[in-house]
Amino acid sequence: MVDAIWKYLEEVPDPEIPVISVIDLGVVRAVELLEPTRVRVTITPTYSGCPAMNEISMGIRLKLMEKGFDGIEVVEQLSPAWTTDWLSEAGKEKMKAYGIAPPVETSQEGGLFAGELGIACPQCGSTQTELVSQFGSTACKALYQCQACREPFDYFKCHH
Amino acid sequence: MHTDSPHFKDFILHLADTNLILAQRLCEWCGHGPILEQDIALSNIALDLLGQASNYYGYAADLLGGDATADSLAMLRGERAYKNLLLVELPNGDFGRTVSKQFFFESFQELFLEKLMRSKDLRLRGIAEKALKETKYHLSWSSEWMIRLGDGTQESHDRMQQAVDYLLPFLGELFLPSEYEHELIKAGLIPNPNDFKARWEEKVRDVLSEATIEAEFPHKQVQKGGKQGVHTEYMGYILAELQFMQRSYPGLEW
Repeated sequence: MVDAIWKYLEEVPDPEIPVISVIDLGVVRAVELLEPTRVRVTITPTYSGCPAMNEISMGIRLKLMEKGFDGIEVVEQLSPAWTTDWLSEAGKEKMKAYGIAPPVETSQEGGLFAGELGIACPQCGSTQTELVSQFGSTACKALYQCQACREPFDYFKCHH
Repeated sequence: MHTDSPHFKDFILHLADTNLILAQRLCEWCGHGPILEQDIALSNIALDLLGQASNYYGYAADLLGGDATADSLAMLRGERAYKNLLLVELPNGDFGRTVSKQFFFESFQELFLEKLMRSKDLRLRGIAEKALKETKYHLSWSSEWMIRLGDGTQESHDRMQQAVDYLLPFLGELFLPSEYEHELIKAGLIPNPNDFKARWEEKVRDVLSEATIEAEFPHKQVQKGGKQGVHTEYMGYILAELQFMQRSYPGLEW
């Protein structure tokens, strides 16, 4: 039954990047079945101030109600801290298809002014990309620009 | 139990208040940034800090019990109850001063949170661990701007030098533990910032020198009082704006 619940949660999208689920995002840390229709889901925030957590919590609640549960508890857990290591591979592929460059876990830190090196442009694939700002459209993303095709794009920042 | 100690609660509030007031100041830039990407950057940094404040306020509310909630602590206390650093209540000034303030704050935070992550208090560790990851981005952003503007045009350089001169008297408070901090340092619960003061000065000097900005450490003036609730004249105005809605419509929620 717990396995089934994990599967249901794959239908809960991330509010900001709707092509990926909260499972892809790695924010669901535990699922406990307390009684036949009572469940506790533990989630962890991506960034301290992430405004999407309320919506994610609500999304989980509504999805599980839809599936027939009536006692749903969603609790937040800060530690261990969320890291981009917890993003699923499938999630990263979906992000890229959506136009957001997924985090490159093996990227080299370029130091000041360079950001992470070798980030591939999601439009044309070139790695001739430049950091514009460490802060993009949301807390988790940075703004890059491709020097080959000149398109700007969001990069999902490595968070270790 | 260390969590029963009023010193511990005061310290958590100091951390919460410092982050809240700095976030509030940064939000004043929203819609007024020099260019769109930097307007967004300032708001994003503010959001991170507000999230951290929220984590600390949540902890303080749990410790205080009774009616206390994260919201009531953030929005409804009187001026003398806030324990933020004086540094964070100073006006934003121009972009140069905002960036300099952020740089001094985040360079301190990086070293401080690294140590706070080893506190015996597990909940503090959890908050610090998350906050540190975000701090690193704030620090690289602000360091880059120090250098771009300091080693920029004559005008940007002059403004940066003025900004740093203005802020220097307020940095001493970072390394002046309050009475409640002293007690917690003795109990091994929180780091003593003086343990990493030399390292902080070194890192700060590196960036300032690349930015071609002059600064003397330690600075002869040390403005203090924020940690004890004795604030600058600016604090009243900040709180008036921050608290207006909750005081006008008690219990207001989104």
